[in-house]
Amino acid sequence: MIKLQGLYKSFGGKTILNGIDLEVSKGETVAVIGPSGAGKSTALRCINLLEKPDKGRLTIGEDSYDFEKITPKDILKIRQSTAMVFQNFSLYENKTALQNITLPLIKAKKYSKEKAIESALENLKAVGLLDRKDYYPSQLSGGQQQRVGIARALALKPEVILFDEPTSALDPEKVKDVLEIIKRISRERITSVIVTHELEFAMDVADKVVFLADGLVVEEGSPREVLKNPKDPRTLRFLGHFADKLEYVI
Amino acid sequence: MSSRLLDIVIKSLPKILIPGLKYTIPLTLVSFALGLLIAIIVAVTRVMKIKVLSWFFRFYVWVFRGTPMLVQLFIIFYGLPKIGLNIPRIPSAIIAFSLNVGAYASETIRGSVLAVSKSQTEGAIACGLTLWQSIVYIVLPQAIKNCVPALFNTFISLVKDTSLAANITIEEMFMATQRIVAVTYEPLVLYIEVAFIYLLFSTALSYLQKFAEGRLTYRTRKADAQ
Ligand SMILES: Nc1ncnc2c1ncn2[C@@H]1O[C@H](COP(=O)(O)OP(=O)(O)OP(=O)(O)O)[C@@H](O)[C@H]1O
Ligand SMILES: [Mg+2]
Repeated sequence: MIKLQGLYKSFGGKTILNGIDLEVSKGETVAVIGPSGAGKSTALRCINLLEKPDKGRLTIGEDSYDFEKITPKDILKIRQSTAMVFQNFSLYENKTALQNITLPLIKAKKYSKEKAIESALENLKAVGLLDRKDYYPSQLSGGQQQRVGIARALALKPEVILFDEPTSALDPEKVKDVLEIIKRISRERITSVIVTHELEFAMDVADKVVFLADGLVVEEGSPREVLKNPKDPRTLRFLGHFADKLEYVI
Repeated sequence: MSSRLLDIVIKSLPKILIPGLKYTIPLTLVSFALGLLIAIIVAVTRVMKIKVLSWFFRFYVWVFRGTPMLVQLFIIFYGLPKIGLNIPRIPSAIIAFSLNVGAYASETIRGSVLAVSKSQTEGAIACGLTLWQSIVYIVLPQAIKNCVPALFNTFISLVKDTSLAANITIEEMFMATQRIVAVTYEPLVLYIEVAFIYLLFSTALSYLQKFAEGRLTYRTRKADAQ
């Protein structure tokens, strides 16, 4: 379970997040949607402290932290209990697919080398890239890189996986593969927060959809509630005709 | 070339080459290795903006890049004994050379570290690595790989700069040549001969550079990727 309470964040005096509350139960998949610049990435990056929040509380499992009093040790602990899948993959360029997964297992989780390799191979297999294990990121297509990124996150067995638009840097034909893998993760009840522009995908996999605008959670609820019967005018405007179209899809 | 000249060239070859093997090459290798170590420490400290130390290293780079190496060599070998610091000639040379390499190479490496994309560090710390681990395992290897050509420039410069050691009584190749010139009065051929040997050493390093670059390039071929 993870919980954000009253998250505030500003950049150079400009408030970006204005008191965000977000709760993700164990095994739940939460989709975060909203217009560009709403602060979705920033909110996600505050969870693992890639951005330092100004104010707020974070609870992960048993541990609860006050952002204003957080220590470097807390930050390391939070990062070791979360994993992130990035829009631009962020694979280590100097490491092979296999090493991308084993490195954090060995250095952060203190696995033995054998155990790390075993886990890495298992997860590469799960994303269908066992035969690419010795390839460097530059030798992999975008879709393959992202699948390695997902395998790396899975291998860490985190409390929560944070996805920041995992498919928006991919060619259209690769998007489906990656979404398929994320869907499977969601079905395996691995706690996830997914920032996405893929509304149909959100409708399909999310247990809960959160609509973020102007630094606030404007609307949240089941995918049906938020995507089909939005109440806030901002959600309506963002979804445009999506809500109507959904009638035919579902 | 007269047979007398040819004779001088051939007979002097071992007399120049042996000091080369004895002093020039070891001085170059040891000073470069130490210099590189200094450079990495200085570069990382400055990138991480570690207080005081960072300021101190900036001062160090400023001084060593801004003064002639010959003057530094003289201060260390002839100057420091005045305050009771007697450093023998070989260590003096190594200190001056490695501090020089350290100052230049630290700037090269620092630039290269800053050029490694931020997403590489984020990818590492988000997986629970400490900032130091991400620097050691992810950022530095990429940064150093990217500045191999520039580092080899410094390396090759160093081979030539070791000739300055002649000024503090180290009998390296250049001083050996000067000695032979003093008795044979053949400056032209002998200095060309020693120049040729320096060229030989530098060329060997250029080949080493090609080899190092080849080894460090993670295959960048896009083929096979679907
Ligand atoms: N490091 C930063 N420094 C200054 N401003 C920033 C920084 N990061 C983000 N911002 C600003 O914060 C706002 C929210 O950015 P964020 O990336 O969180 O939006 P987003 O909802 O993820 O948008 P998108 O859908 O385009 O990815 C933007 O106005 C952006 O310019
Ligand atoms: Mg974003």
